[in-house]
Amino acid sequence: MIGRRWWVPWLWLAPTLALLAVFLVYPVVDTVRRSLLDARSDKFVGLDNYRFIIDNPQPLISDTHAALLNNFLWLTVFTVITVALGLVLAVLAARVRYEAVAKATIFIPMAISFVAAAVIWRFMYEFNSDIGTVNAAITPLGGEPTRWLQDTGAPQTWLTDAGPDTMPRPIQINNFALIAVGVWMWAGFAVVVLSAGLKGISTEILDAARVDGANEWQILRRIIVPILSPTIVVVATTLVIQALKKFDLVWVMTAGQFKTDVVSTLFFKEAFLFRDFGVGAALAVVLMLFVVPIMLIAIRRFQFQEETR
Amino acid sequence: MSRPDPATASVAAPASPRRGWIVASAEWFGARVPLHLALITLMVLWSIPTIALLVSSFRPPGDVITSGWWNSIKHPLDFTLDNYDRVMSQRNMGQSFVNSLIITVPSTVLVILVAALAAYAFAWMRFPGRNTLFLVVVALLVVPLQMTLIPVLQLYVHLTVDAEMPILGGKLFGVGSFSGIWVAHTAYGLPFAVFLLRNFFGGLPRDVFESAYLDGASDLRVFFRIVLPLSMPAIAALTIFQFLWVWNDLLLALVLLGDPNLAPMTLTITNLVSSFGTAYQFLTAAAFISIALPLLIFFALQRYFVQGILAGAVKG
Repeated sequence: MIGRRWWVPWLWLAPTLALLAVFLVYPVVDTVRRSLLDARSDKFVGLDNYRFIIDNPQPLISDTHAALLNNFLWLTVFTVITVALGLVLAVLAARVRYEAVAKATIFIPMAISFVAAAVIWRFMYEFNSDIGTVNAAITPLGGEPTRWLQDTGAPQTWLTDAGPDTMPRPIQINNFALIAVGVWMWAGFAVVVLSAGLKGISTEILDAARVDGANEWQILRRIIVPILSPTIVVVATTLVIQALKKFDLVWVMTAGQFKTDVVSTLFFKEAFLFRDFGVGAALAVVLMLFVVPIMLIAIRRFQFQEETR
Repeated sequence: MSRPDPATASVAAPASPRRGWIVASAEWFGARVPLHLALITLMVLWSIPTIALLVSSFRPPGDVITSGWWNSIKHPLDFTLDNYDRVMSQRNMGQSFVNSLIITVPSTVLVILVAALAAYAFAWMRFPGRNTLFLVVVALLVVPLQMTLIPVLQLYVHLTVDAEMPILGGKLFGVGSFSGIWVAHTAYGLPFAVFLLRNFFGGLPRDVFESAYLDGASDLRVFFRIVLPLSMPAIAALTIFQFLWVWNDLLLALVLLGDPNLAPMTLTITNLVSSFGTAYQFLTAAAFISIALPLLIFFALQRYFVQGILAGAVKG
């Protein structure tokens, strides 16, 4: 409508802006404020809460270093594996007639709650190899039954008997077991998005490369990946945000025991179990600081899209 | 797959056309078989956990804890509903299925209504700071939900109304109320919803709007008669997403509900996990009840689901 009064758009926006202000903007500001106050948010303590995170004075109850390292492991391993697997699956599925079925199969876990997934995977990881599918599958192959969710040993201890248990901390069997569940749940997302991007690549380019004698691996590396890179960035960004916010999965599978805490589970413990709002808020701020660079990428992406709209 | 052109064949290998055919099909076989093998292996790997859950939940309770679910192939007819009986008779199980619905349906409807209004303004109205404001909304996508819980919880404690909510139970508003969790889910769903809907609305043909405005149609009329009907694919996709997110949420239920009588499936199953420990016969049945509805919705509306992801992520 041409002759709209100036306040009309604001009327349409009002419910959204009000809700966002109360539930997202105000809490972010308030959390920053609380991170500078003591456990009960009474007294100003400067950067003490941040010092707590850096010094890690209570490694037995709230191991801040382990949480940060684990989050970093999630961020890298979970994202890389999921993107790579999604790309391979999308490329493979595009060549068969049952593409839709293949994609749906990989996608199903996305519809499952973390809570149900935790039940599923505790069952899969059960130590008793008469019941636990994973242990039942590896014992005939010469593997030792493993307590997948409890074992903080390094992964090579079940690959070979040779290596001593000397890997640095976040590289633990149970962390990888948890990340595997995350990959199981999110690979479908990567497949669907990447395969849509793949459909946009003209077959002429690929055929031309084949005529020129490129093998499939070269085509993937030199043609598909570069053309798909904007889509890959979108997928990776989404997954990084997921990895940073990872809470439900870890909380229901191990509740952060056996050194599997990530920042958000430790935050939850500090704020809601130990009632230390100061340290809890500081952890949340640290989490948000990790997210800021990703936010900037998202914003730049949008600006680019607006220019090309 | 024979090679009719001898010249081409002889470049690859100086052989008869017949030999060329064999080489070609061997190559084809060599490329196709590993492809199918890799793909089918991954598909099987991906389905095993869900199949294990489904099979186990129907096995006799004694069997589940003594032998693997794969053993049931030996007695394929030995299935029972005992586990489901037991789980449904558990305190709160049936109630929490209903609670999940009570929490999810209004949260989903609300987010679509509120977000559609804002998305319409962002897409088709002109006002100062439009793009900046939209950017801020999108940026809020990445705020970790946990971070907002302390202030929101405190606010809710202040705003709690002790009167009982008619019919549904729980308090009227605040901690331990359905209405409180509806509003919270709506707010947290908004950044994605506004983002997705604005992108879709913005892609609708401009002419339709201009002719409607010239005919003197009001914004409300255009919104309800043109925008909403044309945007059904995006709205359907958003409905599915929001439904799954709210249905699968544990965190907000954990923090904002408190009252076990209001607990949704996710919360009740988490409690079951701690009380049943490794009694997988019941856990599997409970977990399957909780994923049945999302799976049903996923299979029924799969097409929209995929479209929704694409609208949000690729087309942007």
